[in-house]
Amino acid sequence: MTAPLHEPTAEAAPSAAEEAAVVGAGVKAVQGRSLGRIAWERLKRDKLALAGGVMVLVLIAIALLAPVITSLVGQDPESHHEDLIDPLFGTPTGALGGISGDHLLGVEPVSGRDIFARIIYGARISLLVGFLSAIVAVVIGTVLGVLAGFFGGWVDAVVSRVMDGLLAFPQLLFIIALVSVMPNEMLGLTGTGVRLFVMILVIGFFGWPYIGRVVRGQTLSLREREYVEAARSLGAGRFYILFKELLPNLVAPIIVYTTMMIPTNILTEAALSFLGVGVKPPTASWGQMLSSAIDYYDSDPMYMVVPGMAIFITVLAFNLFGDGVRDALDPKGSR
Amino acid sequence: MLAYLIRRLFAAVVMLAVIIMVVFGIFFLVPKWAGVDIAASFVGKQADPAAVEAVRQKLGLGDPIFVQVWEFFKGIFAGRTYAAGGDVTHCAAPCFGYSFRSEQAIWPVLTDRFPVTLGLALGAAVLWLLFGVAAGVLSALKRGSMWDRGAMVIALAGVSLPIYFTGLLSLAIFSYGLGWINAEYVPIEESFTGWLGGMILPWVTLAFLYAAMYARITRATMLEILGEDYIRTARAKGMREQVVIRKHAMRSTMTPILTMLGMDLGALIGGAILTETTFSLPGLGQAVLNAIKNQDLPIILGVTLITSVAVLIANLVVDVLYAVIDPRVRLA
Repeated sequence: MTAPLHEPTAEAAPSAAEEAAVVGAGVKAVQGRSLGRIAWERLKRDKLALAGGVMVLVLIAIALLAPVITSLVGQDPESHHEDLIDPLFGTPTGALGGISGDHLLGVEPVSGRDIFARIIYGARISLLVGFLSAIVAVVIGTVLGVLAGFFGGWVDAVVSRVMDGLLAFPQLLFIIALVSVMPNEMLGLTGTGVRLFVMILVIGFFGWPYIGRVVRGQTLSLREREYVEAARSLGAGRFYILFKELLPNLVAPIIVYTTMMIPTNILTEAALSFLGVGVKPPTASWGQMLSSAIDYYDSDPMYMVVPGMAIFITVLAFNLFGDGVRDALDPKGSR
Repeated sequence: MLAYLIRRLFAAVVMLAVIIMVVFGIFFLVPKWAGVDIAASFVGKQADPAAVEAVRQKLGLGDPIFVQVWEFFKGIFAGRTYAAGGDVTHCAAPCFGYSFRSEQAIWPVLTDRFPVTLGLALGAAVLWLLFGVAAGVLSALKRGSMWDRGAMVIALAGVSLPIYFTGLLSLAIFSYGLGWINAEYVPIEESFTGWLGGMILPWVTLAFLYAAMYARITRATMLEILGEDYIRTARAKGMREQVVIRKHAMRSTMTPILTMLGMDLGALIGGAILTETTFSLPGLGQAVLNAIKNQDLPIILGVTLITSVAVLIANLVVDVLYAVIDPRVRLA
C-alpha cells in the first residue's frame, strides 16, 4: 500500500525507548528511524487515510462548534415549524422534504424541526459516545490485558475466561436491556445525561475484551523477549519492566484497536437510539432520526437519507483513517 | 477428540449457567439497586399496594434470588403454577416463565417467533459466506488489481453503512419506488413464494453488511497466510498453485472465518433486532425489543436465554468443525 520511503529524514539518534520500540515490534532498525516516525511517513502517503483523518477533524470541529454553526444559519435543533408541514399528511410542504434557503436539509415531518441543526447537534452525541466509550474500553482492556499477560497463572486464567465469556455474550441484547432498566435519575444526572452516561459505560464495558485480548497476547510474547530478560537480569523491578519495557511496545496495537473501535461504537449508539433505548427526542441523535423516518420512508424519503448519510460519512471517515493507521503501524508492512 | 468435545461441552454449560445468573442479576438486582419496584411495574402506574403485594407473592419476587433461579429452572422441566390466594395461573412445561403484562406463557411466544429469525439468519449466512469469502479470496489473490480495489471500496462502504439505513433505502427503492418486491412478511407455511419475496430484502441487506466484513477479514487473513513459510515450502516442492491455494492457504484461512461465523450466527439467531425492526419481521428480536419497551421482564429473560443457548451451540459446532479442519486442535 505504501511506497518505499526515500532517504531517511530523521537524523537524531534514537533514544533507548524508541530503539526498544523498534526491536520490540520485530523490526530491524533502519538508520535510526523510530516506529512512530516511520508510521507517520507512511500515513502521509496514504491519501485515503489522510482524507479520512481530515474528515474526522472536521466532524470534531462541527460537534464542538454546533451552537455557532446553527446560529449562523439562524436555526436551532428544537424549535417547531408547524407552518411548513402539510396538515393532511404530516409531511413537509415543498420539494425534497422541505429543503429551502432557511432549512438547508429540510424539516422533520409533523414537528417541522430543522434537520440541518439536528444533524449538527447529533454529531455531538455520536462522537461523544464513540470516543468516551472507546476510552473506557481501552483503559479496562489495557490494564486487564497487561496484568493477564504479565502475571500469567490464575490472573491470566480468570481474565481470559471473562473475556471469552463477554465475547460470546449476546451483546446488543444486553446493552439494550441494561440501558433500558436504568432509572431516569442517578448520580446527579437526569434524562439524556443518564442515558449518555450509561451508554458510554455499557458500550465501553462490552468493548474491552477486544483490546484486552490483543494486549494480553502482545504482553505474553514480549515478556519472553531478550531485552526484557536483559532488563530483568540487570535487576529491574516488575513495575520498571511493566511501564518502561512493555507498555511502550503496546502503544501501537492499542492505537490501532482504539481507532477501529470508535466507528463501531458510533454505530452501536446510533443503533440504540434507533431502537428507542438510547437518546430520546427532543435531543437530536442520528439513530433516533432514522427511527422516526421509518414511518415516512415512502412519503418523505429525504428524512431518512440525511441522518443515514451522516452516519455513513462519519463511520466511513473513521474506518478509512483506522485502516490507514493500522497499515502504517504494521511492522510487517512494506516500508 | 472425545475428550476435547467433552471439555468444550462442559465449558459451554458453565457459560450458560453464568449467563443465566447475569440475566437474573440484571433484571432482578439492578432495578432493586436503582430503586425500581418490579412488582409495581407489572401492575401499572397507579397500582394500589395490595395489588402490588399480590403480584409480588404470586411471582415469588420477594424470595431470595437463588430461590427465584431455582423456581425458574424447575418450571422448564416440570411446569409451574403461580398462585397468590385464590388467584392461580398455570404455566405448562416447558415453562420459560409467564408474562403477566401480556398474559401469556413465554414458551409459545418463543416457538412462534424462532422460525422467522432462524430463516432470516440462515438465509443471510449462506449469501454472505458465498459472496463475502469469495470476494475476499479473489481480492487477496489479485492483490492491487482493479478487482481488489473495487471490492475493498465496496466492502469498506458496506461495513460503514448501518443496516437500518440500507434496509430502509432498499425498501424505499425496491418495494415502494420500483414496486418489484412486496416486502410484507408471509409465514412459510402459508405461501412459500410469498415468504421468499418477503425475505429477499432482509436477506440481501443483512448479507451485504456481513459479506463486507467477511471479505475484509478473509482478504487480510489470506494475505498473511500467503506470506507464511509453509506456503513457500509447498510452492518450492513444485506443487501446483491451485493446490497450494486450495489445500494449504484456504484451510488456514477458514479457521478465523469459522470463529466469526459461530459468533455472528449465534448472535443473529438470538434475534436480529435491527433487521427485524427495520423490516417489521415478527421474529425474536422484535419480540424482545417490544418486551424491553413494555418492561415485560419474563419475555426478555426467555429470549436472552434462547439467544445465549444459540450462541453457545453455534460456538460448539464451530469447535467441532475446528477439530475437523485443524489437526492440531484434535491433539490439544
